[in-house]
Amino acid sequence: MNKAPNITAATLVKDIRLEWRSKDAINAMLFFSLLVVVIFSFAFDPRAEESRQIVGGLVWVAFLFAAVVALNQTWARELRNQVLDAYRVSPAPANSIFLAKALGNFLFVVILEGLMTPLFVVFYNLRALGPVWQMVPVAALGTWALVVNGTFFSAMSLRTRSREIMLPLLLFPISIPALLAMVRATSAVLTGEESTSFWIALLVAYDVVFTIVSLFLFETVLQAE
Amino acid sequence: MKRAFPILAVLTAGFLGYAGYQALFVAPTDQMQGDVYRIIYYHVPSAWTSFVFFFTNFVASIVYLVRRNPKADAIAVSAAELGVVFCTIVLVTGPIWARPVWGIWWTWDWRLTSTLVMWLIYVSYLVLRRFSTGGQAPVLAAVLAVIGALDIPLVYFSIWFFRTQHPQPVIGEGGSVDPRMLHVWLINWAAFLCLGGLVFWARYRVETMQQEVDETEALESLLQPGGSR
Repeated sequence: MNKAPNITAATLVKDIRLEWRSKDAINAMLFFSLLVVVIFSFAFDPRAEESRQIVGGLVWVAFLFAAVVALNQTWARELRNQVLDAYRVSPAPANSIFLAKALGNFLFVVILEGLMTPLFVVFYNLRALGPVWQMVPVAALGTWALVVNGTFFSAMSLRTRSREIMLPLLLFPISIPALLAMVRATSAVLTGEESTSFWIALLVAYDVVFTIVSLFLFETVLQAE
Repeated sequence: MKRAFPILAVLTAGFLGYAGYQALFVAPTDQMQGDVYRIIYYHVPSAWTSFVFFFTNFVASIVYLVRRNPKADAIAVSAAELGVVFCTIVLVTGPIWARPVWGIWWTWDWRLTSTLVMWLIYVSYLVLRRFSTGGQAPVLAAVLAVIGALDIPLVYFSIWFFRTQHPQPVIGEGGSVDPRMLHVWLINWAAFLCLGGLVFWARYRVETMQQEVDETEALESLLQPGGSR
């Protein structure tokens, strides 16, 4: 019969197909982060030397805000036609659905980052002075940190009044250590002045802790009455 | 409750007065800072008291998730509210002290920053409670409490690595604290814990009564002819 990985795969494929046909989340995220890039350029003078110091923070703030757009839709989309209730009564393990949602969001945010990074590089005249390849683990671990908590809190905020406001209120305070690590590691790569190893280790610890906790508690949240 | 509470309240008020007297008149004046430092007798005991309440919230939330006992939920919400109150006292008295001593109201030092982040996490807990409705509110809040409590070590560790300016803890490293200061410090902490415990008790009673009211209302609306309201 259906095993957990199959259910995860099926849900993930369904979400990707939905996104491929509607492109709701990706379009909204792309336009949103483009706006953030433009608005930040008014907040400070985007010349090469200063932007190298600041852009680490700017990039991740833009991606964080944009990711909230996609995360809010993750579960809200399942409210139509009572799909969420169907999930709850189905014998499928809650965690495999959660993993599918988290992986789907991870994919969407990674695509967003892939499309937006060249734009940041061009608009802010970026040239990294440190080892650029280290951005790959930083981006992957950092994105997973945002997405695993975001998917979890999105399911939680679904159960509250004014849920679209609730998600960032829950997600941002909890994500501060991960966000700090991403920003510092990115700045370290751009300026080439310090090592990223501590921040990558912190991201690994954060990801491990919150992936386990989310998998442990998700069923409780899904079934909360 | 009716008879014991006023007695305890008077005792706590007396104890607080005694602790305040100790802090203002008995404790020796600091060599470097003068009398300004005396605010530390409110600042540090409040911080420790808020840690006690946040830890209580964490334990009660786990108990609630395992046992689904409404009393554990009442303890969790009361403890979180009091923790936020004491943490707010810490965040307010800190800048009042920092202005004359450091010359600035606020700095993004690791202790200040991580205390602020901890405060934010528990405020988001209270916001979630306010925004979620019905029987799922305690479950969601308990889940957030567990996640928030697990986040705090990461917050402290990451920000500690990031920056450091706060005066290092002087207790337990020997020498630099006058034993009379330490004595007054502990008296003040005990007094703050009594005050916190007293308010916590009252808040817990209110919360359990509210639970009973909600339960009765839910039952009545079920029993009414014509179904739910």
